[in-house]
Amino acid sequence: MPSTITRRDPDARGYFGAFGGRFVPETLVEPVEALERAYFIAREDAAFHAELDRLLKHYVGRPTPVYDARRLAAASGGARIFLKREDLTHTGAHKINNALGQALLAARMGKRRIVAETGAGQHGVATATACALLGLDCHVYMGSEDMDRQALNVFRMRLLGAEVCRVDAGSRTLKDAINEAMRDWVSNVGDTYYLLGSVLGPHPYPLMVREFQSVIGREARAQILELTGRLPTAIVACVGGGSNAMGIFDAFIGDRDVRLVGVEAGGEAIVRGRHAARFAGGSAGVLQGTRTFVLQDEDGNIELTHSVSAGLDYAAVGPEHAWLRAMGRAEYGHVSDAEALDAFQALARLEGILPALESAHAISYAQKLAKELGPNADILVNLSGRGDKDVQSVEKALHAAHS
Amino acid sequence: MPRIADAFARLKAEGRAGLITYTTAGDPDLARSAEILTALDRAGADLLEIGVPFSDPVADGPVIQRATERALAAGGSLRASLQMVERIRPHVRAPIVVFSYANPLLRMGVTEFARRASGAGVDGVLALDLPIEEAGEFRETLLASGLDTIFLLSPTTTDARIRKAAELGRGFLYGISRLGVTGARDRVASGAEALVRRIRAQTAMPIALGFGISRPEHVAEVAAYADAAVVGSALVSLIAEERESPQLIEKVEAYVRWLKSASPASAHTNAHA
Repeated sequence: MPSTITRRDPDARGYFGAFGGRFVPETLVEPVEALERAYFIAREDAAFHAELDRLLKHYVGRPTPVYDARRLAAASGGARIFLKREDLTHTGAHKINNALGQALLAARMGKRRIVAETGAGQHGVATATACALLGLDCHVYMGSEDMDRQALNVFRMRLLGAEVCRVDAGSRTLKDAINEAMRDWVSNVGDTYYLLGSVLGPHPYPLMVREFQSVIGREARAQILELTGRLPTAIVACVGGGSNAMGIFDAFIGDRDVRLVGVEAGGEAIVRGRHAARFAGGSAGVLQGTRTFVLQDEDGNIELTHSVSAGLDYAAVGPEHAWLRAMGRAEYGHVSDAEALDAFQALARLEGILPALESAHAISYAQKLAKELGPNADILVNLSGRGDKDVQSVEKALHAAHS
Repeated sequence: MPRIADAFARLKAEGRAGLITYTTAGDPDLARSAEILTALDRAGADLLEIGVPFSDPVADGPVIQRATERALAAGGSLRASLQMVERIRPHVRAPIVVFSYANPLLRMGVTEFARRASGAGVDGVLALDLPIEEAGEFRETLLASGLDTIFLLSPTTTDARIRKAAELGRGFLYGISRLGVTGARDRVASGAEALVRRIRAQTAMPIALGFGISRPEHVAEVAAYADAAVVGSALVSLIAEERESPQLIEKVEAYVRWLKSASPASAHTNAHA
């Protein structure tokens, strides 16, 4: 392991160490290469960044604040806890940072038809929003189970003019929505742009999505230094595909003393089919265009996953996370459904903030870590989204737990 | 001579185009899947493609997705597919190509897979989501075990990549006639002939053309410019429809004889005329 990691572009074939790459059907090879070329030109173009920065400031509402959650910290009994408030962005989650960046890129490439997948619905809403803003035609694939548990977001997407396409295959969640979005893309590559919502998929998506999300960490690093005069002891973020985590980790990778902690969905138990903690029960494999840690059986079939949080309910993890873990630069833990529900309620009651169930996993882990690290430590949590979408699911889960 | 090269050499000598069949291994169950393969061979299929069922068949349309689900439910897997090949190999004349997504192959381990596949009597391997750029070590390992690596070429494939596929691939090249996932269509895509001509301009390797073929006239049309036509989803649909029927095997055999009926020695005549 090198003693300092600075620039972390993947290699020319899109590999972060042994992870990443471009495992796509032949028809997608050329479109993915064209996307890479277009993105590499755009990322060097000051006009592209100026337009994106303008939208992030005036439309999304950036920078989002870093908030000192004193009552949460006091109740947790240890370190100070700071929240990076991505829940305060327009549309209510970090997903908008990436959706706008890619939608601008799609428009620049002359692609007017956008397809996307969504799990919790936050990426779907963000994509539908970006498409409305830029006048693009939007189709969002969503598993039928997720449509049921995130009904509010389905309605929001439709209000924004998007077509929501129901996916009844497999586990009827995020993984199946990605399969269907990829099938659409492979059938319509000429006019269609696939707006992938996390640091997943074939190169250049993991790099590109990280770069669009890295605004979170750039802001947060300056903000926390201003607030406390020092770097935080640890940064905690939930990891489904892992885009909010990569977004906040990115600016701190070179700060070797800052612990980077990703939190996966522990579900009901770390037992096959009942969780989505890839680093607890997975192994290296290839899924949906990338080589990474995957929950799979002995025949290489992808296992079913479970999480109370739709956004974390996915069998693979972003390849750069697999690499950061292999390098020892980031560590990964998991939080159960029940613990996430407790944290959801704690943040609501102590701070008046309803977090997304995804983000509640990070809150829960931060509470444990706060106790462990003691009062001289600072923990920065990426509060990646707000929890309005989850109110019904939480009510149902709490009712079930008490009956 | 390797079985695949031999099959294409014989087709050339006979002046006809071949018919390649695709079925999913283990659909509707392992026993009947094996019977279907021997029936296809009996009916005159020139090469048998065997699809390994995988939980996330991202390049497949609904027909093969359902077949995959049936096969997985019936105990289908890469291991079971190879065991099936081993059982039928003594009774089947046609070369056998294993068609798989990358993850089951990588999970077994490429070296272990090559050893078992070669031992079972597999002749070639096509890994759908291992494009040329990712297939380096895989191809070398297969080559060392005497297995041909077959690459897919699509209308979006550049000429430079066609050359690379021809250089690295063995046996034949598999052109897909249109963008999109697998599935039968009413007619062969209009870009099919153009793709074959583009490939032909780069290489003398045999070319099979697939995607959307379901009728004898499609086979005849493709025979006019390619070395073989691949029938997949239409055959898999027939298996799905007749899977409860005691005549399943006969119907499959009759379907392939019917597909071949319109194309006796029709290679390289102009089917558009």
